[in-house]
Amino acid sequence: MPPFTPVLLEAVGIPNGHTLASYRSRGGYAPLEQILREKQPVDVVEMVKASGLRGRGGAGFSTGLKWSFLPKDHPGPIYLCINADESEPGTFNNRILMEDDPHQVIEGIILAAYATRATTAYLYLRYEYPQSWERLQGAIDEAYAAGYLGSAIKGSSFSLNLYLHKGAAAYICGEETGLIESLEGKRAWPRIKPPFPAVEGLFRKPTVVNNIETMACVAQIARRGIDWFRSIGVPADPANPRDPGSYGPKLYCLSGHVERPGCYEAPLGITARQLINEYGGGVWKGRRAKAAIPGGISMGLLTEAELDTPLDFAGPGRVGCLGLGTAAVVVIDETVSIVDFLHNSCRFFAHESCGQCTPCREGTAWSLRMLERIKAGKGRLKDLELLAEIGNTMGMMPGSTICGLADGAAWPIKNAIKKFRGEFEDYIKTTNPTGWMVTDPVPALQIVGAH
Amino acid sequence: MAVVTVDGKDIEIGATERLNCIEVARRAGVEIPHYCWHPGLSVVASCRMCLIETGTRDPATGKVTMMPKLVPGCQTPAKDGTVIVTESALVKESRARVEEALLIDHPIDCPICDKAGECLLQDYHFEHGQAERRADIHAFHSRRRDVGPTVTLFVDRCIMCTRCVRFAREVSGTSELMVINRGAKEEIDVFPGFPLDNKLSGNVVDLCPVGALGDKDFLYQQRVWFLKREANVCGGCATGCSITTEHNQDSVYRLKPRENPHVNKWWMCDDGRYGWHHLHDSSRLLAAEHRSAAGSTRQTIEWPDVVTRLRDDLKGAGSLAVAVSPMLTLEEAWMLCAVARSIDPQAFLAVGHVPTRGADESFPGGFTIRAEKCPNRLGVEAVVSLFDQPLHSWNDLLEHVRAGRTTAAWITAGHPEPWIDAATAATFADLKCLVVQDLFDSPLAQLATWRLPAAGFAERAGTWVNAGHRAQSFEQAIRAPAGVWPEGRLFWNMLGRRGLYDPVAVRQQIAESSATLAALAGEMPATGVDLRLQQLAGA
Ligand SMILES: Cc1cc2nc3c(=O)[nH]c(=O)nc-3n(C[C@H](O)[C@H](O)[C@H](O)COP(=O)(O)O)c2cc1C
Ligand code: SF4
Repeated sequence: MPPFTPVLLEAVGIPNGHTLASYRSRGGYAPLEQILREKQPVDVVEMVKASGLRGRGGAGFSTGLKWSFLPKDHPGPIYLCINADESEPGTFNNRILMEDDPHQVIEGIILAAYATRATTAYLYLRYEYPQSWERLQGAIDEAYAAGYLGSAIKGSSFSLNLYLHKGAAAYICGEETGLIESLEGKRAWPRIKPPFPAVEGLFRKPTVVNNIETMACVAQIARRGIDWFRSIGVPADPANPRDPGSYGPKLYCLSGHVERPGCYEAPLGITARQLINEYGGGVWKGRRAKAAIPGGISMGLLTEAELDTPLDFAGPGRVGCLGLGTAAVVVIDETVSIVDFLHNSCRFFAHESCGQCTPCREGTAWSLRMLERIKAGKGRLKDLELLAEIGNTMGMMPGSTICGLADGAAWPIKNAIKKFRGEFEDYIKTTNPTGWMVTDPVPALQIVGAH
Repeated sequence: MAVVTVDGKDIEIGATERLNCIEVARRAGVEIPHYCWHPGLSVVASCRMCLIETGTRDPATGKVTMMPKLVPGCQTPAKDGTVIVTESALVKESRARVEEALLIDHPIDCPICDKAGECLLQDYHFEHGQAERRADIHAFHSRRRDVGPTVTLFVDRCIMCTRCVRFAREVSGTSELMVINRGAKEEIDVFPGFPLDNKLSGNVVDLCPVGALGDKDFLYQQRVWFLKREANVCGGCATGCSITTEHNQDSVYRLKPRENPHVNKWWMCDDGRYGWHHLHDSSRLLAAEHRSAAGSTRQTIEWPDVVTRLRDDLKGAGSLAVAVSPMLTLEEAWMLCAVARSIDPQAFLAVGHVPTRGADESFPGGFTIRAEKCPNRLGVEAVVSLFDQPLHSWNDLLEHVRAGRTTAAWITAGHPEPWIDAATAATFADLKCLVVQDLFDSPLAQLATWRLPAAGFAERAGTWVNAGHRAQSFEQAIRAPAGVWPEGRLFWNMLGRRGLYDPVAVRQQIAESSATLAALAGEMPATGVDLRLQQLAGA
């Protein structure tokens, strides 16, 4: 694989790369000024549509298409929300962007606001990122002082105010309608759709929610062009009319049992094995991988044999995973018990379920209890059936929940049970030789709780 | 006309009707189980009990395309061509799983739960649940939390439908209730120092589909399956909420709002809800009494004797003035006027004392508690106007007595609260004959020649006209205490009519006698009729 010169991460390692001066010296903000002078908002929408950019927040929805769902000729206000809640386990690419090159993000935000005719943008930042907060606030101040934010930006008729908002640390605030509720000062309970945010979002006005990395991509598309963007990644599968392709560079977050964990920029479509070996220096301590999560824990599990799966938007789905998600690859080496992995996953989702939908609220808690009991040596084969049933029935895809958190909770369960059933069965039979075959309900363990 | 297909059956709905799948299915006679959805609250679609399969019928080909996944019936609008399937295996399994999930942490303490017998969790589990428990068995808690003066929360019974939270935000507008914690640790709670304390608080107990919210006034008083239910109207104020009086062996145990889109929607206020205890107050007047001369002690007198001797006594006294209480029904008021005029053709007829307290109180959900604390001022005014013009008020009557223009007075009252002071009562001190008909003793009743007990609201039958000109008829829910003849029975007998008091017959008579009240004729809908609309139509 030819080495890829980082673009989104170009500022990493440059002294004071987070400053306005550094960003401008690299060509930053010039595209914005040119666009404000020469282009209409609709041109920006068309540019982003033509680039094939798909949202980097997890769902991979076409960014240009999302913008074009906003009602035409709306009297306003229209809001732009930038999702920097980055709470998907294993994910830290937004953080690198905000800390090392905040102006790239801000230029993208201004372009996105121009395209969507939003004059107010909120950047929703997770609580746990104080450094990002400082860098972003510093950059916003610089941008205001330099006339990139505020009224009549660079002599144009376009004005934009950008507000930094700190969340209170909950995974569900990253779900776009949970984020909107939270911004409105309420409990982050995802809203039922329709209406979709593009029609009725923040303060019941048309709203676009985009991820930080998506914004950085917009800035780079403006600077380097559509052709550049489309020259990277995986083109649309001509045999599948519903596949829009996976274009552009992607920030992969590699962590877990690798020699060199980190955030790496590579073309969409790199395989998990290439990422682990070529960027991460291989599985640590000379061990073998047992599995890897392909894009945040919500996406499920790749087995060792499935590591050759290309990490583009379509790849992980072909091996039964939920999708590319946040492209956060966490490697699990051969010494790790898959029971522990699943227990950890269930604990996370039981803790983070917002609690609105019965199947998610109770299903995540029930699965955690079963895993606690299995780990305590009181597992039964029956539990695997129950876990698989929960995994198969909980989520937006079967229709039993409001938001995708439940799908994210379900996928690790069903992937783990399906792909590692033998290990679960062995574990249960050896740790519970007298009780593994019981099918009647058993007494619950005394649970201390997720947190 | 739009056509929706529910389990293979075509249902026509109005082209402009905006109904969800639960509502349309109900019209087809199909109950889609649901917890969180309530027609009076915003849609949250969170309990997931109403999941169904839906599809669309192509108008040209008739071909039905089904959606691949389940959708909540509450959140899904029914449109022309919508196909609803509520009984497929997928739907049934999904319901069974929701029931199972809700019972994982539920204490299943039905034997000691007030809601048992009218609990959706019980009913739905019986109908849609699975017989076996599959989750682990663990010790159950039954934590109680005092959330306000009227309501106790049984924390572990809650299924997190959030109806109560939405009610406090959207209808009472007081927002005391909230959800704390996350996931399976969620609970309903209030902020310390900000209890659920508003005039509509009791409604959250009705809204609670399970036994989580207990009404302190009703808690452990009666198993609900012993209760008998009678459609009634609240006498607490001029709003006249449609209610159900729930009673057993002539004791009222609780009042519940009865859905009426024209009056109270699904709600009632706490003043009304808990305003029935006076019915069973031991200080109520419980016997008809008569005093032959001023200063002498009153003797209990049998009601048949009242019927004959009261008439003679009043005739003998000369001229008569009558206060027709706004607590009386239309029928009672009409008969009282007729009795009075048969005794003294020139009798002075006035609307009785109209109690008021404070100002009208309106809530964001559209509910209004009226300052006028009687249910039938408009009705009594309409009836009295048929007999005596111009319309006299209680103050006019006081003036009339003070001016010495009458020698006898008949004051009907029936107010649950003290309503007349000694000074006002003294106005009547020198009359030859004073009849007072009331629930409780009072300075006025002390002066009475005839002190007659009145009936309470649940003990009457007839029609009240509320502040919105809506006439609502109701049956008597419980019998008046032994020794008490409801006013209607006395008047009916004094008019010499045969048999049992028949309020419907009186209502028909009133309707025939007056164009303005013609709308009262015939069968009364459960939600009443608007007298104004009928008058407009007649004009
Ligand atoms: C439970 C849950 C958590 C999410 N968390 C995040 C997050 O932290 N950051 C993010 O950008 N998107 C997150 N998303 C995805 C957002 O809902 C939304 O799709 C995204 O912000 C859209 O941005 P994009 O189009 O630029 O990808 C989450 C989704 C779900 C269901
Ligand atoms: S699926 Fe889970 S996290 Fe999402 S809204 Fe429902 S309960 Fe909340």
